[in-house]
Amino acid sequence: MQVADTKKLLSGNEAVAQGAYEAGCLVGVGYPGTPSTETMESFAKYDGVYAEWAPNEKVAMEVAGGASMAGARCLVACKHVGVNVMADPLYTLAYTGVNGGLVLLAADDPGMFSSQNEQDTRFHALGARIPLLEPSNPAEARDFAKLAFDLSEEFDIPVIVRSTVRMSHTKTMVEIGERVEHDLKPYTKDPSKWVMMPAFAKKRRKVADQRVRDLMDWGSKSDIVRAEYRDKKIGIICAGVVYEHVREAMPDASVLKLGITYPLPKAAIASFADEVEELYVVEEASNYLSSQVAALGFTLNQTPNAIPPDDEISPEIIRHAFGADKPDFETFDGALPPRPPSLCAGCPHRLVFSELNRMGAIVTGDIGCYTLGALAPLSALDSCVCMGASLSMAHGVELARKFGSGVDEKFAKKPVVGVIGDSTFAHSGITSLLGTVYNHGDGILCILDNRTTAMTGQQGNPVNGITLQHRPSHELDIVKLCEAMDVEDVQRVDSQDLKAVREAFKHAREFDGLSVIVFCSPCQLLIRKKESPYVVSEDCRKCRSCINIGCPAMGADEEGRALINPTQCIGCGQCAQICPFDCIKSTAEG
Amino acid sequence: MATEINAQSTGATAVASKAVTVVLCGVGGQGTILAADILAKVAAASGMQVRLSEIHGMSQRGGSVITIVRFGTEVHSPVTDLGCADRIVSFEATEALRYLPYLNKNGGKLLVNSEEIKPLPVLIGFAEMPSNTVEYLQKHGATLIDSSAIAREVGNPKATNIVLMGALSKDLDFDEKTWEDVIAKRVPPKTVDSNIAAFHAGRDAVK
Repeated sequence: MQVADTKKLLSGNEAVAQGAYEAGCLVGVGYPGTPSTETMESFAKYDGVYAEWAPNEKVAMEVAGGASMAGARCLVACKHVGVNVMADPLYTLAYTGVNGGLVLLAADDPGMFSSQNEQDTRFHALGARIPLLEPSNPAEARDFAKLAFDLSEEFDIPVIVRSTVRMSHTKTMVEIGERVEHDLKPYTKDPSKWVMMPAFAKKRRKVADQRVRDLMDWGSKSDIVRAEYRDKKIGIICAGVVYEHVREAMPDASVLKLGITYPLPKAAIASFADEVEELYVVEEASNYLSSQVAALGFTLNQTPNAIPPDDEISPEIIRHAFGADKPDFETFDGALPPRPPSLCAGCPHRLVFSELNRMGAIVTGDIGCYTLGALAPLSALDSCVCMGASLSMAHGVELARKFGSGVDEKFAKKPVVGVIGDSTFAHSGITSLLGTVYNHGDGILCILDNRTTAMTGQQGNPVNGITLQHRPSHELDIVKLCEAMDVEDVQRVDSQDLKAVREAFKHAREFDGLSVIVFCSPCQLLIRKKESPYVVSEDCRKCRSCINIGCPAMGADEEGRALINPTQCIGCGQCAQICPFDCIKSTAEG
Repeated sequence: MATEINAQSTGATAVASKAVTVVLCGVGGQGTILAADILAKVAAASGMQVRLSEIHGMSQRGGSVITIVRFGTEVHSPVTDLGCADRIVSFEATEALRYLPYLNKNGGKLLVNSEEIKPLPVLIGFAEMPSNTVEYLQKHGATLIDSSAIAREVGNPKATNIVLMGALSKDLDFDEKTWEDVIAKRVPPKTVDSNIAAFHAGRDAVK
């Protein structure tokens, strides 16, 4: 049997892009972040659309706000923590409303596969009074994305499409259709709608509240809210990919599938609650749905076994919650070595972290590949909180030590170093640096410029000057920027040159005041250059210096002598520079 | 509300038949996602409903990876649980031990590339490889093939994943031709012949 050409195997992210394309969306703006990244990457590939990476999510939402005001349909995409960054414009765009349809794809990460927290975007929808749709699979993601644009224009409000990692990164066959072009909607100057000063905002607040009531009624009548009646003893309210788990786990139960979870369709929930004997909510990593259903006055039953409040859930967890035994399974009876991700062979960050470890510095880290510098054997990071926090937290550490009493002498002597990547610096680090300069802070700030947004798959950014649709751009000169901010000590250093790295740190530590080091060398995944591999000579003294830089191509033989795996080695020569006895040579040297 | 489904009145059963769950696991960079994509497309081309679920991000940089493919006449969840996988295809031997708990104890089958890749904690001397990996897997009924060596023999060392799909195909009820068509469409044009050869070498390896 052949699959018809109108169906494609698409991920949830690709399906949202497809839906936006079909809905005539003109402008796409986003910032990369797992699990959302492919949404904007695939949207950018369609003919007749404009798409760009913004430096951060706040900028993205504001660009979309402007394009919407001017009458265009706009898609914004980011990961859950990006919604925090854009919360400022988002909450007020709920007052102004839109002109052209404005849709935000926000991808949550229950299970924290690649995130620093497990927050639930639905609480932002509740806080901002913005409707939120939850598709359960890629086919629905395409449908809901299209619907979201219509809904946005009909109710004059941005609409959030919430995904989770198992929706964004699940692939299924998706029916695809033609694009329907939309001319710009006419723009009329209207300060009472778009100028949110108190007098106007007070009126728009009332509009926002009325809209929530209208959307509640809309939801109860909409076919994205679906009561599936089977055995009526157990009735389960659920949404998103959890619906798929529930169907798998409880095939005989009645289900109220909520395609919209803010505002909740009260009338639909009431009639479902009337029909079933026992009413349950099943959700993952959050109590949003159960708390909000309860807040509407419904009494929920508790499952015999509790559903864990954290982490992603699965059909077996649901079966178990309703009383079934967990299946038996086999476990290997020996010890297994962990297999964490690591910095690649030849990674330009490695020598910097190896030096920071050697210095015993207090290192405030940031979000990116270089967060892996926290893992053994580099073990260089003290903190990683959010985009940009490295530079501001380093300033905070300095302040506490400077003005606090009873400071431990050893702690007081350690150098404080903030470490941030190029894309993260453009995202949120510039204002952090400005804060330190403005307040006459000191310490050492390292900007690891590897010429790409590496962790999310080599995207362009304002530092490398590569744009999403490969239009002409500018490269941000970080050294010039620092000079313009009046940073007195700025160095640009090749991070693959160990001697230069050491000298730069020595100089920065001796400098009285704030010192910025811009470490510059491209990501190995970007250049994919493989030189002749290096080899360890028989003179190896088993000192392990080379092994302790944590290169995946380095190991030791049974006697403890260093060993290089020639297929993994890319010939960067970091190990040769680290070796104190000159025992490592390139095979090209003969 | 606009939509109400009343399964009681139609007498429809909830989930028609049990879906097949395949777990593909290995080391980031081994091509598990491409293999999963091919398997999903073969299942879809054979008229099945399909769910493919992958995790990437932090797991890309040489970390342990797992991708799940589920297919059948009706499939809902894209994930699986401990004790529920009908097939585990492990692209590396120690990873087979890590994901062994996923295997259904009643009829689940384990297909393993016998190659062992040392993770960073082992390379730097913080942890050790198990000494009895292959013996343990054999004792538990695993089919072990040296798919990395087979891929080298057919002239495409990167086709380890396709060799494993060939071996898996012997055990799944899909047309050989469908596999060939999907592989030919999905791999880089210059490597079609060597990938098809890798697929057949994988099939032959489990005769």
